[in-house]
Amino acid sequence: MTFYIISISLLAFVAIYALMGVWAERKISALIQDRVGPVETGKFGLLQTFADIIKLLQKEDIVPTTADKVLFTLAPVLVFTSVFMGFAVLPFSPAYISSNINIGLFYFMAIISIEVVGILMAGWASNNKYAFLGSIRSIAQIIAYEIPAGIAVLSAVMIYQSLNLQEIAFQQGIYAKSDIYFFGFWKVNTVGGFLSWGVFQAPHLFVAAIIYFIASLAEANRTPFDIPEAESELVAGFHVEYSGFKFGALFLAEYAMMFLTSMVLVILFFGAWYSPLPNIAKVQLAEWTNGTYWGIFWILLKTLLIVVLQIWIRWTLPRFRADQLMNFCWKVLIPVSFACLFISAFWKLIVL
Amino acid sequence: MESNFLPSDYFPIVLQLLAAIGFVGLTMLATHLVGPKRKTKDKLETFECGIEQQGDARAPISIKYFLVAILFVLFDVEVIFMYPWAVNFREMGMQGLMEMFVFIGLLLAGFVYIIKKGALDWE
Amino acid sequence: MTNYKTDLTQLKNEEMILNMGPQHPSMHGVLRLELLTDGEIVKECTPHIGYLHRCFEKHAENLTYQQIIPFVDRMDYLTSMNNDHIFVMGVEKMMGIDQAIPKRTEYIRVLVSELNRIASHLIAIGTYGMDIGAVTPFFWCFRDREHILNLLEWASGARLLYNYIWVGGNFYDLPIGFEDRCSEFVEYFKPKMRDLDDLLTNNQIFINRTKNVGVLPLDVAVNYGCSGPMLRASGLKWDLRRVDEYSIYPELEFNVPMGEGLMGTVGDCWDRYYVRVQEVYESLHIIEQCLERLKGPLKRSADYDPRSNMPKKIIPKAQEFYIRGESPKGELGYFFVTDGKTERPIRCKARSGSFSNLSVLPEITKGAMIADIVAILGSIDIVLGEVDR
Repeated sequence: MTFYIISISLLAFVAIYALMGVWAERKISALIQDRVGPVETGKFGLLQTFADIIKLLQKEDIVPTTADKVLFTLAPVLVFTSVFMGFAVLPFSPAYISSNINIGLFYFMAIISIEVVGILMAGWASNNKYAFLGSIRSIAQIIAYEIPAGIAVLSAVMIYQSLNLQEIAFQQGIYAKSDIYFFGFWKVNTVGGFLSWGVFQAPHLFVAAIIYFIASLAEANRTPFDIPEAESELVAGFHVEYSGFKFGALFLAEYAMMFLTSMVLVILFFGAWYSPLPNIAKVQLAEWTNGTYWGIFWILLKTLLIVVLQIWIRWTLPRFRADQLMNFCWKVLIPVSFACLFISAFWKLIVL
Repeated sequence: MESNFLPSDYFPIVLQLLAAIGFVGLTMLATHLVGPKRKTKDKLETFECGIEQQGDARAPISIKYFLVAILFVLFDVEVIFMYPWAVNFREMGMQGLMEMFVFIGLLLAGFVYIIKKGALDWE
Repeated sequence: MTNYKTDLTQLKNEEMILNMGPQHPSMHGVLRLELLTDGEIVKECTPHIGYLHRCFEKHAENLTYQQIIPFVDRMDYLTSMNNDHIFVMGVEKMMGIDQAIPKRTEYIRVLVSELNRIASHLIAIGTYGMDIGAVTPFFWCFRDREHILNLLEWASGARLLYNYIWVGGNFYDLPIGFEDRCSEFVEYFKPKMRDLDDLLTNNQIFINRTKNVGVLPLDVAVNYGCSGPMLRASGLKWDLRRVDEYSIYPELEFNVPMGEGLMGTVGDCWDRYYVRVQEVYESLHIIEQCLERLKGPLKRSADYDPRSNMPKKIIPKAQEFYIRGESPKGELGYFFVTDGKTERPIRCKARSGSFSNLSVLPEITKGAMIADIVAILGSIDIVLGEVDR
């Protein structure tokens, strides 16, 4: 009955990660912008976000008079729940996975789509023009970017021949049951390390990884795709009217979403919980650095690196305009992702 | 693909659902009870940059967004069909691949038609 | 509900009135825009101004010229030095003492004005990045502007509203060591501007957001009385520092950057942005020349008194007089009516660049998207203190 513990510890992990994520975002942005960021509360300002969430918890619970009270209250619950449930199928190490189901990836794609419904509910219930515009933009954006994300994921699935995230994870290193090849010519089952990661199993998977990463930025509403909450245009977008813990829940969900999409990226393309160190002759680095606890370490490290990359991008790039965003999706990402799909099919049938 | 997956494998998902709803719901309720309640008429107005709101926010909205949504539904349904094929296409061999490519080809033809038609242009 | 121009009952289906401001993050103060939108497309944009009206002109009629200067400071609070400089120049010309001002005083005035011009353009550039969605350029610009404010604080004692340039002279001479610190700043600042170019000016997303957006044709710009970077970006070489040749600008060497349509059409948002970026370099060049002369031929000496030519009483002879100059926002002009008897002007009207530039907004936002409104407004670079006065 380990999954009881995993489920509950996941909740604690998501909450603590989101708080530390906000702290990291503020510190990294401060680094980029020549500031110091939070320094007062705790060492290096580490307790700043804890103080913030405590402040949010004791705020007045404001529901505008013209708002739809039921939907307004349900929306943060739905957004947070859907994002959090995505964590259920993610393998944290060879042994730790909350729910080891055979359609894990499919479940993941489905469950994060539900977040859109929550955002629409939030925008509609607020009865605020900014919130409404923000939520409509959000829907158009997230559902449009789900197509390239889905197809990029499919081209990886065609290489792994599985929808089970744990099985996909196993196929990218020394524990793989089937044969894996570095770019199709060098069998790397015993070498392991980064050489056996998904991106190196087929050359086009790197393109697929980039497409998925871009799409995941859009699905997590991160800059340059943050038009749903575009601060300079729509004030705060779909959560203008939210305050107190309802806002806190939306905020937690946003950061949890970043982690969730980054982790799926790592699982599909960057070796999941496998160590990046290969076996070199007698130096069996891959053997030594893989295992249950090493797995948790590696996957968290890799995922957090991707999260840092997302933060870095946020503080570097300006924001797209709604139509440019759509054009980029429909005219660049979707055709390229279809190309990846075709290459995947031929690769699996002909090269391997 | 092994067939040792049981419906009980989905139980942790239900557990997580309950945990998430319980966490958010209870905290929301607690903050609602604990927090101050000083409601005034102006505070409960919706935000319109400091000016009285004119008209209803729930107004009919441009069809552009609707088009994107409809196109998404079309594409996503097609993509869903590809998931089971993607897992098993190796067993189906070249013939299955060709059949699927005909399907994707039709989808792409529609896609090209949409772009040529200008359905995705905003101006 | 009288505060909307558009009548709700006249709305067509799918049209919505969206109110932006006064409490909006990207309205650069308390501007209010009433947008008639169709989805994301803006059909009509009506600016409502007056939230920051502080009766400058009425105040000016009740104060002596020296006392008006602090009020002039507060018009465009980002460019106090330029406002002061032009105002003081006008009063001096009315008094007929403008030829008697020592060269060193005049060079100090131009030096601090150009420093302030850079500070103002840095805000324009930084907040423009923020309007487009890039937050980092904003902080970089404010970091460098901070150095300018420190310098000006050292000279005048205030960080924002200096009250430094007085009729007939300056309040103080430059502090000892100011010239060296200023040169250090120029050396420090040049590479920082290049970093900014890498981060923002040449960013493809930024270019896509600003090129061919809010194109202001030259004839429209002239008809609406646009001036400053706005007019120059539309392709007219019109810089009052060169046209009127006031102060010591004829002795200084600098170019007048113009919009060339490098990325799209002449007069689009990118051009307006880039004209300001180039003007920062030109101002740096002017500062270098000023410093060279202030260190060389016009070195500080014991017998130099910045207040030596200050008249005890300022009573210009009866006349109507208009003075104009190039402030960072555009043509800043003051119109005086004096009666030759009192120390107060009968009338003091200010013509501000921001106000005229803002008036063109409804014209160039037709058919733009909501995100473009923010981009266009940011590229106009208004300061509400100057629009409403």
